[in-house]
Amino acid sequence: MNAAGSDGADKMHSKKPKYSMFTQQELPAFKPILTPGRVITLFVSIAVICIPIGLACLYASENVVEIVDRYDKDCIPSSYSTNTDDMISYIQSSTTNKTCIKKFTVPKKMKHPIYIYYQLDNFYQNHRRFVQSRSDNQLRSKENEDKVTGCLLEASNSDGPIVPCGLIAWSLFNDTYAFSSNNVTIQVNKKGIAWESDTQFKFGYDVYPKNFQSGVIGGAKLDEKIPLSEQEDLIVWMRTAVLPSFRKLYGKIEEDLDANQKITVVIQNNYNTYSFGGDKKLVLSTTTWIGGKNDYIGLAFLTVGGLSFSLAIIFNLLYLFRPRLSRVQLCGNSDPDGGWERGGVFEQAEVEPGGCLDSIELLFQKQTFEFDDLGLLSLGFSRSGQQQNLLT
Amino acid sequence: MKRYVYINDDELSQDLYCDNRISNTKYTILNFLPKNLWEQFSRFMNQYFLLIACLQLWPLITPVNPASTWGPLIFIFAVSATKEGWDDYNRYLSDKKANEKEVWVVKQGIKKHIQAQDIRVGNIVWLRENDEVPCDLVLVGTSDLQGLCYVETSALDGETDLKTRVIPHACMGIDFELLHKGVIECPNPDKDIRRFDANLRLFPPFIDNDLCPLTIKNTILQSCYLRNTEWACGVAVYTGNETKLGMSRGVPEPKLTAVDMMIDKLTGAIFIFQIVVVIVLGIAGNVWKDTEARKQWYVQYPNEGPWYELLVIPLRFELLCSIMIPISIKVSLDLVKSLYAKFIDWDCEMFDIETGTRANAANTAISEDLGQVEYILTDKTGTLTENKMVFKRCCIGGIFYGNETGDALKDLELLDAVVSGSPDVVRFLTVMALCNTVIPIRSKSGSISYKAQSQDEEALVRAAACLHMIFVNKNANILEINYNGTMAQYEVLDTLEFTSDRKRMSVVVKDCKSGKIILLSKGADEAILPCANPGQQTRSFSEAVDQYAQLGLRTLCLAWRVLEEDEYQEWSLIFKEANSSLVDREWRVAEVCQRLEHGFEILGVAAIEDRLQDGVPETITTLRKAGINFWMLTGDKQNTALQIALSCNLVSPEPKGQLLLINGKTDDEVCRSLERVLLTMRTTNSEPKDVAFVIDGWALEIALRHYRKTFTELALLSRTAICCRVTPSQKAQLVYIIKSCEYKTLAIGDGGNDVRMIQQADIGVGISGREGLQAARAADYSIGKFRFLKRLILVHGRYSYNRTAFLSQYSFYKSLLICFIQIFFSFISGVSGTSLFNSVSLMAYNTFYTSIPVLVSALDKDLSERTVMQHPQILFYCQAGRLLNPSTFAGWFGRSLFHAIVVFLITIHAYAYERSEMEEMSMVALSGCIWLQAFVVALETNSFTVLQHLAIWGNLAGFYIINWIVSTLPSSGMHTIMFRLCRQPSYWTTMFLMVAAGMGPVLALKYFRYTYRSSKINILQQAERLGGPILTLGNIEPQPRSLEKEATPLLLIQPKNRSPVHEPLLSDSPNTTRRSFGSGTPFDFFQSQSRLSSSYSRNCKDN
Repeated sequence: MNAAGSDGADKMHSKKPKYSMFTQQELPAFKPILTPGRVITLFVSIAVICIPIGLACLYASENVVEIVDRYDKDCIPSSYSTNTDDMISYIQSSTTNKTCIKKFTVPKKMKHPIYIYYQLDNFYQNHRRFVQSRSDNQLRSKENEDKVTGCLLEASNSDGPIVPCGLIAWSLFNDTYAFSSNNVTIQVNKKGIAWESDTQFKFGYDVYPKNFQSGVIGGAKLDEKIPLSEQEDLIVWMRTAVLPSFRKLYGKIEEDLDANQKITVVIQNNYNTYSFGGDKKLVLSTTTWIGGKNDYIGLAFLTVGGLSFSLAIIFNLLYLFRPRLSRVQLCGNSDPDGGWERGGVFEQAEVEPGGCLDSIELLFQKQTFEFDDLGLLSLGFSRSGQQQNLLT
Repeated sequence: MKRYVYINDDELSQDLYCDNRISNTKYTILNFLPKNLWEQFSRFMNQYFLLIACLQLWPLITPVNPASTWGPLIFIFAVSATKEGWDDYNRYLSDKKANEKEVWVVKQGIKKHIQAQDIRVGNIVWLRENDEVPCDLVLVGTSDLQGLCYVETSALDGETDLKTRVIPHACMGIDFELLHKGVIECPNPDKDIRRFDANLRLFPPFIDNDLCPLTIKNTILQSCYLRNTEWACGVAVYTGNETKLGMSRGVPEPKLTAVDMMIDKLTGAIFIFQIVVVIVLGIAGNVWKDTEARKQWYVQYPNEGPWYELLVIPLRFELLCSIMIPISIKVSLDLVKSLYAKFIDWDCEMFDIETGTRANAANTAISEDLGQVEYILTDKTGTLTENKMVFKRCCIGGIFYGNETGDALKDLELLDAVVSGSPDVVRFLTVMALCNTVIPIRSKSGSISYKAQSQDEEALVRAAACLHMIFVNKNANILEINYNGTMAQYEVLDTLEFTSDRKRMSVVVKDCKSGKIILLSKGADEAILPCANPGQQTRSFSEAVDQYAQLGLRTLCLAWRVLEEDEYQEWSLIFKEANSSLVDREWRVAEVCQRLEHGFEILGVAAIEDRLQDGVPETITTLRKAGINFWMLTGDKQNTALQIALSCNLVSPEPKGQLLLINGKTDDEVCRSLERVLLTMRTTNSEPKDVAFVIDGWALEIALRHYRKTFTELALLSRTAICCRVTPSQKAQLVYIIKSCEYKTLAIGDGGNDVRMIQQADIGVGISGREGLQAARAADYSIGKFRFLKRLILVHGRYSYNRTAFLSQYSFYKSLLICFIQIFFSFISGVSGTSLFNSVSLMAYNTFYTSIPVLVSALDKDLSERTVMQHPQILFYCQAGRLLNPSTFAGWFGRSLFHAIVVFLITIHAYAYERSEMEEMSMVALSGCIWLQAFVVALETNSFTVLQHLAIWGNLAGFYIINWIVSTLPSSGMHTIMFRLCRQPSYWTTMFLMVAAGMGPVLALKYFRYTYRSSKINILQQAERLGGPILTLGNIEPQPRSLEKEATPLLLIQPKNRSPVHEPLLSDSPNTTRRSFGSGTPFDFFQSQSRLSSSYSRNCKDN
């Protein structure tokens, strides 16, 4: 009997779930709580990190020399500039002279490389019809020449598929700039303006433009003898911009420009932004570690840092003038009978001057009943509500 | 409809009925895919996603690759289908094992080995001792000469005792090997395992060709085991899935938790929001198209579009916004819910060493509801008590035994009376020893153990044995009794079985020596005493019953009557006839029994103690402190029930407790009593009294039938109720009443009579106890002991609720976050429906990047288990739905809006002008979202284990690794993008800026609320983590045991002495609230939104 009994007990024990810290939900855990110390320190450190970064960004941004010159209005001869329709007919006509000369002065010394951008405003490269109208397959290799389904528009014509197909390529920007200073031409380097990865992988060296701009002419034409991988203007253009106002790299000037140097630009104003009231700007800019001129980042850092700092100060003041509630518990009397009575607390406070009297008071006044109020009284209340309804 | 089973006749029944192949599987290989898909698509959310996915196949409107929806959709379907398939495969394997088991079949007198699945209806199956019964059989032969065999039916009904089964008398004495012609007429398969009303007719050459009635006693059912019998054989009548067991396997209706319903509601709200956004953006898009886009020559808008042109842009936005409803939420919830269930299964602290049972969550989907329980309806016997009956006292012929010693077995007076052979005592002991269905089993060492169906009977037989009336052997119908060394034999002529309606059982025995026929009876007092011989005074017995009930003992009245030979013979015929009737057999038998059971000579009252289980009072106190209302529903007598209720802290004794009795026999009486109690209840509700009402089954029946509304009101006013002498269906009705008032109910019980209540309640908990496993099988959770309920609710239920509340709202947050960014982006992309993010990112965002960190929130613990156990009041936050309701959701909604603004503004400004490149910027925005969500999860996590760190920060690293990998593929849109970004210092400063700007205000707000508007959870967290105060608070809390005596929270005079300001931090009784403020004060300010709305809806319903 006994043997059987102990066997039974063993059997019982063998059914017991295996103990492991995971199954018992007893994995050692780090349980942080939001103590004033931690939170205030955190906010101070955010401020300490953010403010220098913000200043550095602002400084870097300040050091960028940027020349922005809007030319879309200025480059319309006065006879055409009365209304939009005139401007459109000017820009769309193949006979009008589109050459336009602009002059400006370099405000500060610009170190090379100086990047030349064209900036378009109110131009929706991110429009759904536009952004999807391309065929990466076609661009990549010659074999996929006829894979034009993704383009939908400007995909093919009677002579076969258009290479490169789609609206993006078709609307390629076609203004050109020629820079000179004191009648000396400033060389513009148009090599290496596209991403290396694009010229290597996305645009095939064996893909040549074909049938391009043979129907309605949208933007620039492409030299059919140069493979796509070397058509850097196109490659830059086809990196669609996410904002309706964007800059695209036109070229680089590989020499320094001195302060007050007079620059003359000869612009071939071909691109039609007049139909939709878009601006065209020519931008010359140097660059630093944060990129081009961008005060926003610096200001944002300063704002966040400043806010964190003021939060830290506010919390600190709150902590000093309205002590935390949890201190109560820390210095709560462990005497089970009288500890929570008012008398008990007073006594304790007298014994321990500078203790936690104020916080205890606060607790009692503010907090004590909340739980119960929240809890069961509401239950009682909802029931009495029920009762009234039942009576009616 | 009937079925005719031709014994051993292959031709006649071959194809009529199914073979014995058991199949519990839901699917077959062929129908798995369609059936599973059909089931999955019957859910609204899946239909929605399918619609979205189909719309995406239309290239004109799809903003991204259709794979971004199809991918996750297929993934999610695959996960669900795999889970289902795996479960089904396991079922298939176990079925296969059962089906391929070898069994013996007798064909033409020859035993053959065949597989269990090949048994056909009509075959004769031959079983050896300890074999499992493969299908439902009608017994036709056993090794026993009397045609008896013993079966263990625990797999069927959970009862562990052995049951006797007997072959029909027509087959008696016939060699089963010759038996091959006959027909059994039996009803069509049903699931009633206590009933089998059939007939057997043997064909010639057998002489006895009469119709022979068959009952459940003549059957052995599938999944039982043959015990103590060398062999037995039977005719298969029901096979395969048509057996009684197979028929009772039902698919339980899925229960939906309150949390699930809230999530559904929120999903609906988000859906409406989405529609509004779509309509607004759709109109804006069409307007912009007509005014602006036609001027943008480079997009080549045609002047005339197709007829559906106006719809295109709204549909695009519908697709763009479809991610607002997180596709992953269902899978995430399923995963964490099964983990919660596993935690319950794994819990060592809920393992009952005594019986070797562990807690088991049969229903994996409703753990959150455990944390929201408001009413617990509990059975008494076996649930609160141990159901371990011990004979304690008795009253024989007006003399009380055991009153001084507390144990009649040690009462010298009684022992003397036994030795001296006082006739009253001897008769009393004889009834104790004989009037039962106990089977004595003699072990090899000579000791006798008893196998009994009822614990009471076992206790009586044991006690009789201690008093030298030893029930030695049961040999067929002959019972042997050893009294003081002399053997006596009795032949059992008939057994009038116990039913809950009759509340008594009797046996008719014949004294083998004297030939006297005696009727021995035992039963409840109200079933026995009225049948007493009119000449006998029963007052002393009813006094004894009252006295014992006061002590919380169960009482049984024992009686006997000597029958005249003629009377018995006459009755016996009617009884046999009633027993073989096919219709209303139970009722007719009961009626016939009535004819015999009268004119009793009452012998005495036996009192049996059923001890409370360990930890019951503590558990009830703790759970009541947690704001849970307790109802006790029992079939027992009022006094016994009250006594138990007192001793387990369910009600408090006078003066702090008050019991209101509802009784009456007629409608009017009950009505008046009900009104009176209701009035008292209303007036005392404001007082700190512990008021409970007590109602018995009869009054309850009337109240439920005629005064349901009044009763419902009373039910909701009262925190405690005791319902005695209630039937199983009344128990279920009570659950239904509370449930219909939208309170979360939990029913706990251990016996077959609790099954209906358990199934009716929101959560059914079964105690796998001595009354068998029936309750545990029907229940959603089964535990070994009542005290584990505390842990089940306070630890598992509460954690589950908290975790799900976070997980579900977080899922919406992250979906809304990315969706808001898409919406903002559409304003700068000409409202044309361009997606900022590429397909890969969108697909991975919802299913991968943001799903994994939040899954580990299933391990988060806001408070330690110990703290929760010490401060059960904290459960209120779960009950009231404080952590998941429209207002908390609004907080998450606002947070996602704020974060979307932060990410969007910083991205478009930091990456303006020359850096405004589509792919680059979309990755910047996406990484901003990922960083923010990692910090959001981190901020909302209360306890970081290794796994949390791994998931949160590992996921962040995983994001970069995945994107680096994708960036190496030249064919992907984002070729080299991630490498470029990671080289830019400005990318990292932008990330830092986003996190600081996004999390700073959130952290500040959280800190402020945590410190200056702290919830009780926060206070306990601070207490727990900063040390010390737990002790303090723990000390204030009175020990549960002493609560009753010291009466700290419930005394009436207390509030006068104490001003409310002196309350302990977490006062130990919820009742204190009523005391502190009085009932009239409106506390709607504190009321949670959900509580208000639910009470409102309740009111509406009632009107």
